[in-house]
Amino acid sequence: MTKKLSVSAINTGTVIDHVRAGQALKIVKFLRILHDSQNKVTLGLNLSSNLVGFKDIIKIENYRLTEDEANQIAAFSPEATINIIDDFEVTHKNKIALPNIVEDVFICKNPACITHNEPMKSKFHLTEQGKKIHLTCYYCEKSFDKDQLKINS
Amino acid sequence: MVNPMYQRDILSIKDLSLENIHYILETASELKNNPKNNLLQGKIVAQCFFEPSTRTRLSFESATMRLGGHTLGFSSEDSLSIKKGETLHDTIKVISDYADLIVIRHNKEGAARLAAEISDKPVINAGDGANQHPTQALADLFAIKESQKKLDGLHIALVGDLKYGRTIHSFAQICMLFNVRLYLVSPKNLSLPEPIADILKKQGIRFSFHNSIEEIIPKIDILYMTRIQQERFDASEYQLIKDDYILTPEHLTNAKENLKVLHPLPRVNEIDIRVDDTPYAH
Repeated sequence: MTKKLSVSAINTGTVIDHVRAGQALKIVKFLRILHDSQNKVTLGLNLSSNLVGFKDIIKIENYRLTEDEANQIAAFSPEATINIIDDFEVTHKNKIALPNIVEDVFICKNPACITHNEPMKSKFHLTEQGKKIHLTCYYCEKSFDKDQLKINS
Repeated sequence: MVNPMYQRDILSIKDLSLENIHYILETASELKNNPKNNLLQGKIVAQCFFEPSTRTRLSFESATMRLGGHTLGFSSEDSLSIKKGETLHDTIKVISDYADLIVIRHNKEGAARLAAEISDKPVINAGDGANQHPTQALADLFAIKESQKKLDGLHIALVGDLKYGRTIHSFAQICMLFNVRLYLVSPKNLSLPEPIADILKKQGIRFSFHNSIEEIIPKIDILYMTRIQQERFDASEYQLIKDDYILTPEHLTNAKENLKVLHPLPRVNEIDIRVDDTPYAH
């Protein structure tokens, strides 16, 4: 597939497009590769979008997002698309699949949950209900709206 | 031939299918009628009770002994290295080497599921915080089946603390697998949590909210009473509501002949002791 994106001013890397407006900063906080490495990252916030009204965009130079990382992003924005860029051209465009389970990303809001007392990773089952994403803690079985939860940093 | 529950953890009613539940009830009935005192010969059951329990702990202990097995364990975390800061992870790792089965009660929700991940032996959840108490729900179901001779089509009232009671949560989940009609009687601030009510609706289970025991007595087959936990309230609030959900023999004058009253215990005052002498006490 050879399609030039209007935002693909990067030579090589990944463009995460159609991110739900307001989610880019949360994704950056979560995806350690974005702030822990030397890769140049550009963010576009509240850009206009044909698809979803307003969108965010994340561009990472010289880094190809893994499938695992791509699917984790789905928990923040299931509509996002991953564009792999090579030599200014979009060589790969993938929609991401909402994973059934997401580990070590979100913090359970239930103060009585065992995950606060033990050295362990959090784990949540994900379901999409209309526009909302519901997370159910694998351990304490309580359910939350995704936006109610803080991210493990 | 290996039975379908072999080496399975029992952590939450959500994990059990209708077939699993029928299998458990049938096995219980068979063992009640034909006790076998050698099924657990040579086996050790670890009782890991990090918070207080009488009935549950003793029931597991006596069941193990009656089946020819042995128990070891503890009934509070006072005697443990937990006090020195040892994690549940390390405690369970060690104990799973000493036993063939772990029974755990803990005040943190999800503790039993974590224990099951750590242990290479099966784990039974004897109560985790306000989350689940699956063996209580199964025992209640067994009592109901024995007294009513069926599980489908029953009218069941749940009374008392429907918000924090883990026995209620587990019991409501188990009711979803059968065609039951539920009557929910509780103080307004102790109503059944919305997520559970939503699931009941999705499953097509009919239920209604009521303010008093009297209005539903003539309609029901099972009256499931629960303690309103004093520790959930401040002193003055508790004084206001505590007497509203007490069952007396007078309430039972219009009861159906087959009505049975159940209570997971401990009982404080929500069932008048005179009720024990009526034919409705199971």
